[in-house]
Amino acid sequence: MTLAAAIGLTLGNLDLDLELDVDGTAVVAVVGPNGAGKTTLLRALAGLLRIDRGRVAINGTVVEDPAARLRLPPEGRDVGVVFQEHRLFSHLSALENVAFGLRASGTPKAEARAKAMEWLEQVGLPDVARLRATQLSGGQAQRVALARALATEPAVLLLDEPLAAVDAAARAELRHLLRSELRRCPGARLIVTHDPIEAAALADRLVVLEDGQITQEGPLVEVTARPRSQWVASMVGLNLLCGVAENFRVRLPNGAVITVADECKGETFAAIRPNAVSLQRHRPDGSPRNVWPGEAGDLHVAGDRARIRVDGPVPLIAEVTPAAVAELRLAEGGCIWAAVKATDIETYPC
Amino acid sequence: MRNRLPAGLAPAVLAVGALAIVVLPLVGLVQRAPWSTLGRDLRAHDAFTALRLSVVTSLGALGVSVLFGVPLAWVLARRVFPGRALVRALVTLPMVLPPVVGGIALLYAFGRQGFAGRILYDVTGWRFVFNTSGAILAETFVAMPFLIVTAESAFRSMDRRAEEAAATLGARPAYRFRRVTLPAVAPALAAGGALTWARALGEFGATITFAGNFSGTTQTTPLLVYLDIESGNEATALALSLVLLAVSLVVLVGLRDRWIGKV
Repeated sequence: MTLAAAIGLTLGNLDLDLELDVDGTAVVAVVGPNGAGKTTLLRALAGLLRIDRGRVAINGTVVEDPAARLRLPPEGRDVGVVFQEHRLFSHLSALENVAFGLRASGTPKAEARAKAMEWLEQVGLPDVARLRATQLSGGQAQRVALARALATEPAVLLLDEPLAAVDAAARAELRHLLRSELRRCPGARLIVTHDPIEAAALADRLVVLEDGQITQEGPLVEVTARPRSQWVASMVGLNLLCGVAENFRVRLPNGAVITVADECKGETFAAIRPNAVSLQRHRPDGSPRNVWPGEAGDLHVAGDRARIRVDGPVPLIAEVTPAAVAELRLAEGGCIWAAVKATDIETYPC
Repeated sequence: MRNRLPAGLAPAVLAVGALAIVVLPLVGLVQRAPWSTLGRDLRAHDAFTALRLSVVTSLGALGVSVLFGVPLAWVLARRVFPGRALVRALVTLPMVLPPVVGGIALLYAFGRQGFAGRILYDVTGWRFVFNTSGAILAETFVAMPFLIVTAESAFRSMDRRAEEAAATLGARPAYRFRRVTLPAVAPALAAGGALTWARALGEFGATITFAGNFSGTTQTTPLLVYLDIESGNEATALALSLVLLAVSLVVLVGLRDRWIGKV
C-alpha cells in the first residue's frame, strides 16, 4: 500500500509545492502551522481539490496527472478520509453511516450492515448503531466517522485533524483508539495535525509543512531532537540557532559566537534545551565559555517550571525553577546573563 | 402638550386594515356559500369534470416541473456557465409575468401556428392547443418557477461537506445524489412542490388564453368558476371556490413550519 505524490497547486495565497511518499510501514503525520497547506494537501490527495502540476499515484496506479489530463474523482481513488468535523450523514443512523461506503460499492444491504456492525464494535460503539448521527456526542461521532472510513478498507487512509473538534474529555480516549486502529490499518496512513502531541502520539514519521513546502521530514525522534525550522523547534520546546561553523565555533549572522563541543564546518544548526540555560544577575566567572548578556523578557510560570525569554545577541528561552524566578527577580526584567555549557549544545548541519 | 396616541397604535390600526383586505373577501365567500346544497353542486356534471381535470392537470404540471425543474435547479445551483444569471432571471420571469401574457407567449411558441408548435404538429401530429396537455403546459409555465427557486436555494445552501464525504467513501454521483443530496433537500423540495401544485391548481390566465376553455379537456376549476359567475350559476361557482380555498388552506397549513411557523 503506497501513496506517491508530487503536488503543485495554487490556492489563494497558498503555493503548495512538495513531494511526498507514504508506504504501509509507518504512520506519517504532516505537521505545520495553521495556513501551511496541510488540509489543502490532504484534499488534493483525496481528489477533492484539483492539482495544477505533478502527479498522484496510489499503489503504483496514477490517479491524477494534469500533464496527461488524467484525474480520477475521489470515488475513483481507493482513499478513506476522516474529516476534522466528522461529517456524518445526519439523516442516517450510525450503522447506516458506517455501511454507506460498502453499500456504495454494491455490497448487499444485509452483508454491509453486518460488516458495519463489526466496525462499530471495533471502535467500541456497538450500542449506538441505531442512533442518528445528530444524537451522538462529539467523541462518538468521530469514532463512527473513523469506523466509516475504515470499513471500506482503503489503500490510503487520510485523517484531517481528527481530534481537533473533540472536547478534551473525549480526546485522550479517541487518541488511544486512533493509535491502535492506525497500527492495525494495512494501508498508507497519513494524518494531518497542527498539534505536536497528537503527532508524537500517533505517528512514526513526521513531515513538516510550512508555507506550502516541506521543511523537514524524518523519523519522529530525529525531527524532534534535531529541528530544522523555528516552528518545529518552538513546538518541541528547543532553542534553535543557525550560523556558520568553523572548528568549535558557530558564528551567528549578528556576529555572536557560540562555542560548541563538536567540531563542525559550514552552515550549522545549534539546538539548546531551555533547561540547559542557566541565568545569573552578574557575569559569572569560571568554566562556561558561552556567556551572553541579555534583557529578561516574557515570563511564563507553569507548575514547577518557569520559562523566560532572554533577548540579547543570542536570543534564548531559558527554563528555570520558580525559586530562581524569585531569587533573580526575573519578573522585574532588566539585564541578565545567560550561560550554556558547550556540551549541552547539539549541532548538526543546515 | 398635545394629546398623543399611545405608542404603537398607529401601526396596529394600519395592520388591521391590511388584515381586512385579505380576510374580508374570504368571509364574503364563506358567508355566501350554499352550504346546504354544496354536495349536490359539486357533484353536478360540469363541476365534477372540472375538479377532476384540475387534479389531473395540476398533478401533471407538478410532475413535469419535478422532471425538468429539479435538474435545472441543480444545474443553476452547482454549475458555473456563461449566462447563468440570465437563465436564472428567465426562469423566474413567469412568477411576475401576467399569466395572460404567458398564455399569449405560449400560443406563439407552441400554438398550431407557433414556431415550435407548427414543427411539432408537422412532425408528430401533436398539438397542445385545445388539449389537456396544453392546460398542463400552461400551468407548468406559470408554476414551475416556484419549484425551481425553492430547489435551487436548497441545493445551494445545503451542506456540501456531506457530499464530499460520500465521494471519499466511493459513492458515484448518482448514488451520492440519491442517498445524500436528495435527503438533505427533501423538505425544501416538498415545500416547493406543494407551492407549485397549489399555483398550478389555481392557474387561470395562461390556461384560458393558451389551451382554451373546453369542458373535459381544458376547462379546469378556475375557468369553470369564472364561467359560472359570468353566466349567473352562482351556487356552483361558490362551491368550487370553497374547494379551491380549502385546498389552499391545507397546503399552507402543511407548509406552516416553513412559511408561517418561523419568525
